[in-house]
Amino acid sequence: MKLLELNNVSIDYKTIEGNIRAVDKICLSIEDGEILGLVGESGCGKTTLIKSIIGLLPQNGTVAEGEIFFENENLLKLTKDEMRKKRWKDISMITQSAMNSLNPVYKISWQIVEAIQAHKEISKEDAYKRAEELFELVGLEKGRLNDYPHQYSGGMKQRAIIAMALALNPKIIIADEPTTALDVIVQSQILERINKLLENYQGSMILVTHDMSVIAQTCTKVAVMYGGKIVEYGEVNQVFKEPNHPYTMGLKNAFPSLVGEKNDLISIPGIPPNLLNEIKGCRFKDRCPFSIEKCSQENPKKTNIEEGFFYCHREEEREKLRVLASKQETWLQENIKE
Amino acid sequence: MSSLQDSRYILEANNIRKDFNVKVKNNKIVAEEKILKAVDNINLKIKPGETLGLVGESGCGKTTTAKLLLGLYKPTEGKIICEGTDITAFKRKQLKAFRKKAQMIFQDPYESLNPRFKIKDVLIEPLIIHKIGSNYKEQLKIAEDILEEVGLKPAQTYLERYPHEMSGGQRQRVAIARALILNPSLLIADEPVSMLDVSIRAGILSLLRKMIKERNLAAICISHDLSLIRYISDYTAVMYLGKIVEIAPTEQLIKKRFHPYTEALLEAVPNPDPDFKISLQNIKGEAPNPVDKPNGCSFHPRCVKCMEICKKEQPQQVEIEKGHFVLCHLHKNKNS
Repeated sequence: MKLLELNNVSIDYKTIEGNIRAVDKICLSIEDGEILGLVGESGCGKTTLIKSIIGLLPQNGTVAEGEIFFENENLLKLTKDEMRKKRWKDISMITQSAMNSLNPVYKISWQIVEAIQAHKEISKEDAYKRAEELFELVGLEKGRLNDYPHQYSGGMKQRAIIAMALALNPKIIIADEPTTALDVIVQSQILERINKLLENYQGSMILVTHDMSVIAQTCTKVAVMYGGKIVEYGEVNQVFKEPNHPYTMGLKNAFPSLVGEKNDLISIPGIPPNLLNEIKGCRFKDRCPFSIEKCSQENPKKTNIEEGFFYCHREEEREKLRVLASKQETWLQENIKE
Repeated sequence: MSSLQDSRYILEANNIRKDFNVKVKNNKIVAEEKILKAVDNINLKIKPGETLGLVGESGCGKTTTAKLLLGLYKPTEGKIICEGTDITAFKRKQLKAFRKKAQMIFQDPYESLNPRFKIKDVLIEPLIIHKIGSNYKEQLKIAEDILEEVGLKPAQTYLERYPHEMSGGQRQRVAIARALILNPSLLIADEPVSMLDVSIRAGILSLLRKMIKERNLAAICISHDLSLIRYISDYTAVMYLGKIVEIAPTEQLIKKRFHPYTEALLEAVPNPDPDFKISLQNIKGEAPNPVDKPNGCSFHPRCVKCMEICKKEQPQQVEIEKGHFVLCHLHKNKNS
């Protein structure tokens, strides 16, 4: 069953310099029990997209068109009050700088109990018991519940935030860069913990990150975003083994790996497009080593493949491009037309 | 082995230690004075054209080591010898001359460039301070050349810009240009790519590597991610709570590591391949507060291979293979 469905969603930001279309006609769906990774560079619209799902866009941002269905109910039609009731209970979020999203002047226990009581008729004692359960779940000592956030290390704060997001058994958890600010060891402890939780837990999750390796470790599906559009979507294994969009191929090259022999790291030249100006054709064309005439004239069409899709004009030649994309010469600045 | 005349090395650190006095409140009214050994008996040597990677978790003393080597802190004990002279005894004037030779690249290019300086001002300031170039025009030329060298071409289009008009990757290139403009012999990069997007990290790393080789610099690169260190450094030192627990040529360290902490660090790096799932088996819990270091080997409470001796005695460094040193009770010197 489709739990969450985004239908042609576009999001605009009003700025002094003009309208910016940060998210452009995105269609995406998440099924029960699925873990979707959303990957892309900074400024590609990942955070904007998920904020629109949870109804927390900044004041100058609006959903210009499209529908967001959650259990067959259009979230955009809900009043503020109705949406507030859904938040945390049905859809919860682990924010980007989770380290700073705890209130420094309240004890952790108080913050969790408050969140539970705000959404559920429950006594303080029961809510506290629930908080203890949650702490066990995320691997924190119960005894630390009555500490203040500053007494926690970064990894512990992150775990406490995850515990809070799980408090009301939400149907979907949205995690925005949950491990970005952490050390590698703590990061892998948290990722392992998330993996374990999701095994027993029948909810879904959207994991937003710019790190492809984090996605490889946790997700079942992946959506690659570039310049406000989803350029490729599919099963994690398929996208990592046989990327179809040149941008995904480039991203894959840029990742250092410790397994196997040392390959050259190849970065994608150039910078993402400025969304203030209207872009004709494919958005990746300026950085793409394979761009042709057609790319700057027409929007690429959607190509459906098994369990996924991608947008590229040269979809027929993708096998050949995949071979070319793994070579360093391909990605030199000189090969790319301005 | 250590002599002031050993000219093969640009930089030698001999048994350096750095203590900080910290006040710890342990539920007492009066805070207790304690000593935090941020860096504990470290020996390092770097040849020109070579890069040493320093890896470890936050709080293990990587950045303190870097600051000691640059003369920004005075070590509590030990000597740092740069090109034949001990920098720990330097007075202000000598330090200024030394800083021309030793440059640093910082983690965050969004904070390390003055937002009110144009790029040309950022680059020319060090030239003015160290009186290089006879006039402004000459200095501008030097700035242009260095910008082109770090890949910002054509330089004219960048000179008049402010940092906010550039992307993170471009800013970090400017920071590299600023570090190189004085022709240093020692370069220290503190997490040079951790704030950057993954798609441009590779470009910055290969630029750094190229610059180090071309200019024959002695370099130190700090990171908590071994997979990044792999692409830049010839040698890698793994630090844990102020000590170097393992040091070896990088590829050798990745293929064959001896210290359980190195093992854990390597395991923890997520792999961009869905077939290799992470599993942390060699480490428990989190790093303790460096003020209260455990007795014996400071890694023992987290170590899965902990033995009785680890809780009592500090391990001694052994050379387990040529150029590969380990600080662990599990490994004994083969020669002794």
